[in-house]
Amino acid sequence: MSIGLEHYLILSAILFSIGLYGALAKRNAIVILMSIELMLNGVNIAMVAFSRYIVPLLLTGQVFAIFIMVVAAAEVAVGLAIIIAIYRSRETIDATEVNLMKW
Amino acid sequence: MGLEIAFWILAIIGVVAALAVVLLRDIFRAALSLVLCFLTVAGIYVTLSADFLAAVQVLIYVGAISVLIILAIMLTREVQRGSPANRLRIPAFVVAVLFFGAVVFAMVNTPWQVVDTPPLEPTTSALAIKLFGEGGFILPVEIAPVLLLAAILGAIVLVREK
Repeated sequence: MSIGLEHYLILSAILFSIGLYGALAKRNAIVILMSIELMLNGVNIAMVAFSRYIVPLLLTGQVFAIFIMVVAAAEVAVGLAIIIAIYRSRETIDATEVNLMKW
Repeated sequence: MGLEIAFWILAIIGVVAALAVVLLRDIFRAALSLVLCFLTVAGIYVTLSADFLAAVQVLIYVGAISVLIILAIMLTREVQRGSPANRLRIPAFVVAVLFFGAVVFAMVNTPWQVVDTPPLEPTTSALAIKLFGEGGFILPVEIAPVLLLAAILGAIVLVREK
């Protein structure tokens, strides 16, 4: 059986769903951030697969994937800075205990 | 034929590594399996003949982002407490499975207009023309450094000692 577009799309859906479960169910803020990275990687696989199979000569999906990587790098830098700042002031990064902005 | 074998090996290793990220108790091991997952995604890009993106994936994700995450794990001393799940574990699992089912249903039932043109190789110069050339993505390319600069300044301000 040859590999087609659907295989890559289902792989990206699996990675995205695993990341979604981790982002919803985990208490440690760093693990939540890692799960978000998994979701972004799944999206990137779908983008590159669309670029390869639907518009192989235009490469638009690969350009989008590059921009997603730029945004992911910025996001992980700011997110980890926020986590370290929270850890400094509250001595924990448990997402269920950080309820400063909860009304 | 080689492409199929490479895809299946990379896909299985990647999915197992991704499962290990969310299921392992030890955060440090979870971060290491996240690195493995990033590497297999780079291999997936190679099977999709996206050579430049595979190199960028190794440089940014495997090189930079995973080092940042491991550094944050070291700095927060939460390794002993592990990565427990919160009260919403079962609903989160149900939501993830439902989302997966819906997405796979949509993907399998959509008539994709797949063309048989062989892919462009190497992609580096074509990507550069796409990004910087006439009618390309020059405005997002100009905005991305501003975003990165804002993120760097924000990170420095957030972690600065008072």
